[in-house]
Amino acid sequence: MTGRVLIIAEHDGTRLNASTAKCVTCAHGMAGAEITIAVCAVDAAAVAAQAAQLSGVSRVLCVENPANGPALAAVWAPQLLALAAPFTHILGPSTTFGKDLMARIAGLLEAPQVSDIMAIESPTRFRRPIYAGNAILTVESSGEGKVVGTVRTASFEAAAGGGTAPIEKAAVSVELPTHTRFVSVSAAKSDRPDLQTAARVISGGRALGSAEGFKILYSLADKLGAAVGASRAAVDAGYAPNEMQVGQTGKIIAPELYVAVGISGAIQHLTGIKDARTIVAINKDGEAPIFEVADLGLVGDLFQIIPELERLL
Amino acid sequence: MKRILVGIKRVVDYNVRIRVKPDGSGVVTDGVKMSINPFDEIALEEALRIKERGGAEEVIVATVGPADCQQQLRTALAMGADRALHVQADGVVEPLTAARALLKLIEREQPLLVILGKQAIDDDNGQTGQVLAALWNRPQATYASKIELTAGTARVTREVDAGLETLDVDLPAVITTDLRLNEPRYVKLPDIMKAKKKPLDTLTLSALGVEQRQQLKLVRFEPPPQRQKGVRVKDAAELLEALKKKGLL
Repeated sequence: MTGRVLIIAEHDGTRLNASTAKCVTCAHGMAGAEITIAVCAVDAAAVAAQAAQLSGVSRVLCVENPANGPALAAVWAPQLLALAAPFTHILGPSTTFGKDLMARIAGLLEAPQVSDIMAIESPTRFRRPIYAGNAILTVESSGEGKVVGTVRTASFEAAAGGGTAPIEKAAVSVELPTHTRFVSVSAAKSDRPDLQTAARVISGGRALGSAEGFKILYSLADKLGAAVGASRAAVDAGYAPNEMQVGQTGKIIAPELYVAVGISGAIQHLTGIKDARTIVAINKDGEAPIFEVADLGLVGDLFQIIPELERLL
Repeated sequence: MKRILVGIKRVVDYNVRIRVKPDGSGVVTDGVKMSINPFDEIALEEALRIKERGGAEEVIVATVGPADCQQQLRTALAMGADRALHVQADGVVEPLTAARALLKLIEREQPLLVILGKQAIDDDNGQTGQVLAALWNRPQATYASKIELTAGTARVTREVDAGLETLDVDLPAVITTDLRLNEPRYVKLPDIMKAKKKPLDTLTLSALGVEQRQQLKLVRFEPPPQRQKGVRVKDAAELLEALKKKGLL
């Protein structure tokens, strides 16, 4: 069985999200897989051009509709369902975008979904973390019918560029629901690197004490060119916004360097960082579980250590 | 009657240290504390608060699973749910099966809102809400951190990777909960006593006309690879030195 894979592109209307290139690498886990990327948009041209450059992609399909501005799962899913027939696998990233959309597509297809794929061993065999990463499960589909999947992006490198896949317009005419309406999105504008793709990430925990306390992390991060993350405890306490949360129910990341500052290291947090190349822990409690996974540990007062690091850099 | 249907799942308590069985057939659940999935507890809390504000008249809690699930349904009744529905099913209940069973309950109960947790902390699938919304052909608003009901619509704030997104969805709809939607109440002893008298109906998948199919075979469970324990450095300067040595600075 050769996989014919449809990957749903994640984008903001103009730029393709790096998560899509990681889905392409994941799909290549199936030898000889034929990969098509679908771009749903009002005007798909710019994003499709970027998708066409991903190495190993054989075709890009543009699904254009005035209703495709915001990524509403209820609006996109029926259009993607209309494209699904020739494919064996339909993949999207395991980001909030992909998790919301892919399971709706799986529902429409009444097909099984494999969530958070960390490896594809064959067209019917997949590995995924469960119990917050405390166990790895291998699942097998029957080989009949389609499999929908979300891809754990931290497990894959982005596919290289240099491709020249043909771009086609898909003619999809399905009735779209009006029962779901986009109102607004509020995102803090930041010049720092994106948390999910940054090579360096500094995260803070409750020990930072306040939103004010986080400022010393931002300052160090800017000197290092790092993104800033936070533990659930810090987000719950209001020290940092939700989009900065790293962990089982936040973002799963795999930077080259992860610096955990004042984070004790609950299992739910650790599952979000276990693919980081190097983990540094800075904490005043030498017994904190974060030190069990840290490559480099420093016990001490973060309010002295962080400014000192910045000064010495 | 304005009803809210809340789906809950019995899972290994989030404080339990998970151990994979040596033969790779599953994780150890014998003698392990079981609880309502934390996200589902948040879903129930939200339904109760909506009812307390006058936005609904009845909160029904439902689960699909083995006989033991009745413990969690009783806990949900003690939290304040008015009645419980137990759809009995042994073995693996995949999201599609759970969603099909919930859809049958929706057809019977005609709720104005269905609230579920965004994911169960055991299998971490995160699918049932979206699959149900698809089968039902109704709106979905996942990862909710705020819900405001007005006549016929819900305005839902969602926690997404970019920040906070707001959607308007026509009712009835499916909403799945994120962590910061609310903090569930504690159950008081008199409520546990009262819950014993609340109705808990038992149904079966076959009586609902739902086939329990397993589309994904669970082949093998393994413990995750462990990271090697690292070294301690004594101060900021030594830390930077070590990072430089690793080529990270």
